[in-house]
Amino acid sequence: MGLRYLIGRIAVMVPVFLIVVTVVFAMIRFAPGGPFDTERQIPPDIMKNLNAKYHLDEPLWKQYFRYLNDLAHFDLGPSFKHSNRTVNEIIGDSLPVSAELGLISLVWALLIGITAGGLAALKPNTWSDYVPMSISILGICLPTFVIGPLLILVFGLWLRVLPVAGWNSWQDRILPSLTLGFAYAAYISRLMRGGLMEIRSQDYIRTARAKGLSEPKILVKHALRGGILPVVSFLGPALAGIITGALVTETIFNIPGLGRFFIESALNRDYTVVMGTALLYFTLIFVCNFLVDILYVFLDPRVKYE
Amino acid sequence: MSSDGISLYPPTPAPAPASAMVPSEDAMEEAGVSLWQDAFRRLFKNRLAMGGFFFLVFLTLVCILTPWIAPYSFDQQNLQYTLQPPSWTHWMGTDVLGRDLFTRVLYGGRISMLVGILASIVSVIVGVVYGSVSGFIGGRTDNLMMRFVDILYALPFIFLVIILMVYFGRNIFLLFIALGLTQWLTMARIVRGQVISLKHKEFVQAAESMGVPAHSIIFRHLIPNSLGPVIVYLTLTVPSVILDEAFLSFLGLGVQAPMASWGTLISNGVEAMEVAPWLLIFPATLLSLSLFSLNFLGDGLRDALDPKGARD
Repeated sequence: MGLRYLIGRIAVMVPVFLIVVTVVFAMIRFAPGGPFDTERQIPPDIMKNLNAKYHLDEPLWKQYFRYLNDLAHFDLGPSFKHSNRTVNEIIGDSLPVSAELGLISLVWALLIGITAGGLAALKPNTWSDYVPMSISILGICLPTFVIGPLLILVFGLWLRVLPVAGWNSWQDRILPSLTLGFAYAAYISRLMRGGLMEIRSQDYIRTARAKGLSEPKILVKHALRGGILPVVSFLGPALAGIITGALVTETIFNIPGLGRFFIESALNRDYTVVMGTALLYFTLIFVCNFLVDILYVFLDPRVKYE
Repeated sequence: MSSDGISLYPPTPAPAPASAMVPSEDAMEEAGVSLWQDAFRRLFKNRLAMGGFFFLVFLTLVCILTPWIAPYSFDQQNLQYTLQPPSWTHWMGTDVLGRDLFTRVLYGGRISMLVGILASIVSVIVGVVYGSVSGFIGGRTDNLMMRFVDILYALPFIFLVIILMVYFGRNIFLLFIALGLTQWLTMARIVRGQVISLKHKEFVQAAESMGVPAHSIIFRHLIPNSLGPVIVYLTLTVPSVILDEAFLSFLGLGVQAPMASWGTLISNGVEAMEVAPWLLIFPATLLSLSLFSLNFLGDGLRDALDPKGARD
């Protein structure tokens, strides 16, 4: 892969990031309502002090450049609502939780998806193909906010085998990560099956078969590397989807992750937290897409970026 | 190169529909089966797609006729009969405020379908215009316009929509315009591919040589001839918009009380599911069935219109 390509990709990210910062900043500041709007009228003196403390009394362009300057120093500012905490602290507490949830979900998605897709491709048009592929249609069409509550209803409330909320023990991890990973497991299984089916008709697979290799061995040793390519290129969108899906999952299961903070602060008009988390999300998704594109080159030598 | 996610439609140039090039009816008969007739024949054979189609027709009729069908009004409360399980008087039971769930599900369906359709129309208009202009002009402009699309692909728009909804009020018109604007990218790519494959065809050259201006060529010749894939992708856009709307409503950022979309109803159902699981199950089932139907119909249409590009 060319170094020029890498530099080009990163160079594109910078202006895009700046535009995103500007758009989000403008959207938040030009919208009606402020962070200190409460049911109770705040005395004007206090309001003035509050505005001065958070530099809300300065002209907008000054605030904008102040924010950019802080951003360059990785300082996302104080939270307006959680008075003693900075956005950096909030993110520091909640990001690991979200990352853990996302990673477990991704592992589920890959494990279940690759296994199911492999099984389906091993004996196409039999029950071991139809059953996982039918379930996967369910997984693709059912949104997380339907799957999650249904899982809670069945495993948490009727069977009472798994906890339905919180983030303490390992049992707490099961339902949320399954909820989040299921749709991607479903998609990956279909991509995996499709990829393997395409590879199966290649000459080098026929050669392997002619050598007398067993079918499962052909699948694992020869077909997998080529067949997994569609799955890899789906990883970028899948990661983005898992990050977005976490908003709902964390809300349903009451998990103290980034997604819940984003929604909560959006509803509270906590400007700085909204900005900070939104920017973090954008960055994460950019970086994920970038890494996946690079990974692709290593798996498929035919791909070259210019 | 950005990963454009799931390639929903292979960019293979589909042949221009025969009907567009054959002017008279007699000639049509001579030509035998047109692409559209052939496509419909294939579609009718696809049982899942037809099942989805009939369900959607049924649902649309019910949603249009809701004000006459619904046994109660959507905000009529009856605090003596709260959280009633399904019965003959309340087919789907009642909610925390004693409102009839069946009625609310019908009205919710209206909103969900409306947002789905209107937002998809927004996305089609933007996507088709952008894609066809880009493809028709070609060259450096095309390259630049498509690069822009590539960059936008990498942005998680749903966050922008959330911020928009939070700060500018939960206005339903804003909602479907915002959702529509998140969905036009793939449409633009599809249309661009179509236009590029069509613009060197004889009938376009004929139009050019007769001095037809560019915008007329785009709107009279190129866009009508790329309708097939556009329709396919449209049927796949509607469910994803419905899903996005439900997602926002579920988080409390979509349609506001006392109106409700399916997403709001599911969200309310989750809160009450321990005592009244039907509040969750009915709206969730209807939402899922509609999403299934739309996806099956979309897949069926795609297979019918593009028999060569059969997926996996």
